[in-house]
Amino acid sequence: MRRAPAGVLLLLAVAGCGGTTLTSESGSTLTVLAAASLTETFTELEGIYEKDHPGVDVRLAFDSSATLAGQVVEGAPADVLATADPRTMATVTAADATAAEPALFATNTMVLVVPAGNRAGIKTFADLDQDGVSYLTCAESAPCGAVAGSLLDLNQIGSPPKSFEIDVKAVLTKVELDEADAGLVYATDAASAGDTVETIAIPGSAEAVNSYLVAPLRRSEHLGAARDWVELMLSEKGQRVLRQAGFGPP
Amino acid sequence: MSRAPLGRAPLRLVLPALVALGFLILPLLTLLQRTPWSTIPARLVEPKILDALRLSLLTATIAIALCLLLGLPLAWMLARVDFAGRSFVRILVTVPLVLPPVVAGVALLTAFGRNGILGGPLRELGITIPFTTTAVVIAHTFVAMPFFVISVEGALRAANQEYDVVAATLGADRWTIFRRVTLPIALPGVLAGVVLGWARSLGEFGATITFAGNFPGTTQTMPLAVYEALQVDFDAALMLSAILLLVSVAVLALLRERWLGQAAQ
Repeated sequence: MRRAPAGVLLLLAVAGCGGTTLTSESGSTLTVLAAASLTETFTELEGIYEKDHPGVDVRLAFDSSATLAGQVVEGAPADVLATADPRTMATVTAADATAAEPALFATNTMVLVVPAGNRAGIKTFADLDQDGVSYLTCAESAPCGAVAGSLLDLNQIGSPPKSFEIDVKAVLTKVELDEADAGLVYATDAASAGDTVETIAIPGSAEAVNSYLVAPLRRSEHLGAARDWVELMLSEKGQRVLRQAGFGPP
Repeated sequence: MSRAPLGRAPLRLVLPALVALGFLILPLLTLLQRTPWSTIPARLVEPKILDALRLSLLTATIAIALCLLLGLPLAWMLARVDFAGRSFVRILVTVPLVLPPVVAGVALLTAFGRNGILGGPLRELGITIPFTTTAVVIAHTFVAMPFFVISVEGALRAANQEYDVVAATLGADRWTIFRRVTLPIALPGVLAGVVLGWARSLGEFGATITFAGNFPGTTQTMPLAVYEALQVDFDAALMLSAILLLVSVAVLALLRERWLGQAAQ
């Protein structure tokens, strides 16, 4: 049972040796693990990558950066990891699980979103402290939670959030559903939500910029293809996609 | 029930049974083996962990009480009352079992959320359910109830209905029959349902985090605390899992001694 797939992989690798670099990974699958906030952009980049690399099937998995980093350290089979902050990536490099120095490819700032209609009448970030206002942030272990925590401290917001959601998309979804009066999300999330939310700036958000890192992984069996993915994200084409979604330059 | 007249248990049943047992136990043993036990005393006094443990036990117990209060009559209806569409209702009770818990959480939001069918009117009255301990109980009851109802209904159907009939000819009304005849006979099955529902509720994660959120003290149950710990500290997550596992095994063992021991007599 275990020998057959290994043999097939070996055959694929040998067969690929004669081709150009781009087709050398034909028929293979590239597994990319990415922070939840990268959902839209990476889905778009997948299309561009697959057009440039016929035969390579990109599989994307989105979760909180901390969860993904933990999975990589525990040996999950994946080719590329993109995290929403250096802290989670550091746990992976500390475990010697990356195949190259992680590259900074984007930045993101936090904003406050309120449900369309804004029933709670929130006008500024300081309004979070008003009686009866319920707001959500990410759990402190996730990058979005760490940034949110420092912004709440910076603005001296005393009342705690209603819930520490597992990732930034969970915060956004619950605000979109009007289950909470407000939520701290990335500017990119607010942009992707369109008309379902209204956006309010957070004072000091420019000082709490989130840096996004990407790295090919040591366990990857398609290192060439993995490096190509990283290259695409740093390229003009990739950067354009990221910028359109509201990400800042690296 | 003595062994002699039936002969030895056949190997073709014993072997797969052993494989099943090993399959169920191995991951638990390896979990315990990887757990850094020496740090447990320090962890156990952390208020956050005590809060999560207390909340888990509390909400699972309230949920199973609700299952008894509402689910037991439903199981009785399904087992003992002939009504139109009974088999359809039986399927309806089973459906939540196949729902991924996260979907169950989304479904609960559509019903009890601030804009839900029931949650909307409640919001006008100033009551919101999501992100409260009540929401945790609702989520737990929703996922535990089907387990409870199905196992109790099975026990009620297996119990001989003749006794009910005899009691009726002696002049007992249906409530008395339920209380004095049906329920005592089916008690072991009901207790099994209680244990099953309680255990399911204790391990509940997806519906809780989706519907009730995650806040220490009010909605962060042990599985949620384990998940959060998993993101930063694998050892801490292992230990929390071990604590949850040991506490639930201890409670179940105690219940078995106390209740099933008595019921068997």
